[in-house]
Parts: sequence; structure tokens; C-alpha cells
Amino acid sequence: MAHETPIGRARGLGSAHHGTHHWLLQRFTAIGNLVAVLFLVISFLLLDDYGYAGFAKWVASPLPALALSLLVISVFWHARLGLQVLVEDYVNTAGNRFALNALLNIAAFAGAGFALISIARIVFAGAA
Amino acid sequence: MAGRPLSPHLQIWKWGPHMLTSILHRVSGDGLALVGLPVLLWWLGALASGPEAYETFALAASSPIGYIVLIGLTWAFFNHLASGLRHFVLDIGAGYELDTNKTWAIGTTVIGVVLTIGFWLVVLAKQGVL
Repeated sequence: MAHETPIGRARGLGSAHHGTHHWLLQRFTAIGNLVAVLFLVISFLLLDDYGYAGFAKWVASPLPALALSLLVISVFWHARLGLQVLVEDYVNTAGNRFALNALLNIAAFAGAGFALISIARIVFAGAA
Repeated sequence: MAGRPLSPHLQIWKWGPHMLTSILHRVSGDGLALVGLPVLLWWLGALASGPEAYETFALAASSPIGYIVLIGLTWAFFNHLASGLRHFVLDIGAGYELDTNKTWAIGTTVIGVVLTIGFWLVVLAKQGVL
């Protein structure tokens, strides 16, 4: 204690603005979701062909491919932050919390990676 | 015991619509994360794999359970969108007056349902179902 400053004691315990980072990222990605998912929803309303050919052609075109890729990043990031709060609120054992958040990180990166690779495959299949 | 209100507790809160909005925000958000994202991945993965894989996805999506899931996800999105925008307003420190707060707690919940119905009316009409 004797060699600690007051800020050194407070860091990591919640009162040293560590929570702000998570809170802000949740908002930034929410804005990303707002734009990207509305783009997807409005596209569904405008598209006529809900079959393979129609969607594959749509996803392969430049603007939807970019919008979907950004959607994937924003949505998986936002979901990871949101599920972290769920884990922290309802899982009481520190060890289980750590394990679930570790799993959550892997699932979020794996899911986003799978989605981005899928979009790339659709785009390059369309170009071939 | 003192004859005045003491520290509030879960059991002695007077019920209000903001509580419903709050829990629906969490339910719809986590529902989108746990159900919506796997559906998104299935859709993109099927599109990437070719017509046959997409046929399997389309068959599941257009089954009765598929419709329930997709309509549920649509509601979850519009509900989370509406109550999320309410969060932005509350974040800047506005909308805490009791009347305003109650109005928008009810309002965002209603807007979520209305947008869901509107979306599906358009989609089903385009598909020739309606």
C-alpha cells in the first residue's frame, strides 16, 4: 500500500474509466449495425428474386458485398459485447465467466471469419 | 420499520412499461446474437456453397418453423433497433421525465411490432403469398 498511488489502487477496479471503453464500443458498433442492417432489410424489400440466382448475383455485386462485409464485422463485434454483458450479469462463478468469455471471443471471430470467407467465395464465383 | 419508502427492491417496485422495454431489449439483442447470427451464417454459407446447399436452406426457411424463426428474428431486429435508439436518447440525458419516459417505452415496443408487420406484408406480397 505504501508504494501505491491512489490511481494505481483504483485501476482495474471499475472506477478508473475502464468500463467506458466497452460502453463506447457498444455504441459505435450500434451505429454501424443501424446503417448496415437497415441496408440489408431495405434490400430484402427491394429485391424480387429470393432464390439462389437472385441472391448470389446481388451479394456478388460490389456495393452489397462491401455492405455485407462491414455488416458482419459490426454485427459480430456488437453481439460479442452484448453477450459478454449477459455472461457477466448471469454467470456468478468467476471461472465460468472467464471460460464463457473466452469461448465467446473464439465464436465471434470464427463466425465473422466464416461469413467473410463465404462472401468472398460468392463474389469470386460471380466474377469467374 | 420506518413508515417511509426504504431502499428500493425488486419486489416493491411499481410495475412500469420501461421494465418491459428494458428486458425486451436484452431478449431481442441476445436472441439476434444467438439465433440470428447462425441463420445469417447458414444463409451466406449456403449461397457460397451453391444451388443445392441453398435449396436445403430455402426449404428450412420456408417451412412453418422457418417462418416462425424468421418472423421472430425480424421482430427482434426492429424491437432492438427501436429500443436501441431510445437508449441513445437516454444516453444524452434526455427523456427521463416520467411521462416522456413512459410514452417512449410503450412507443418503441409498439414501433417494433408495427415495423415487423409492415416488413412481412411487403415480403409476403412480393412472394405472391398475400
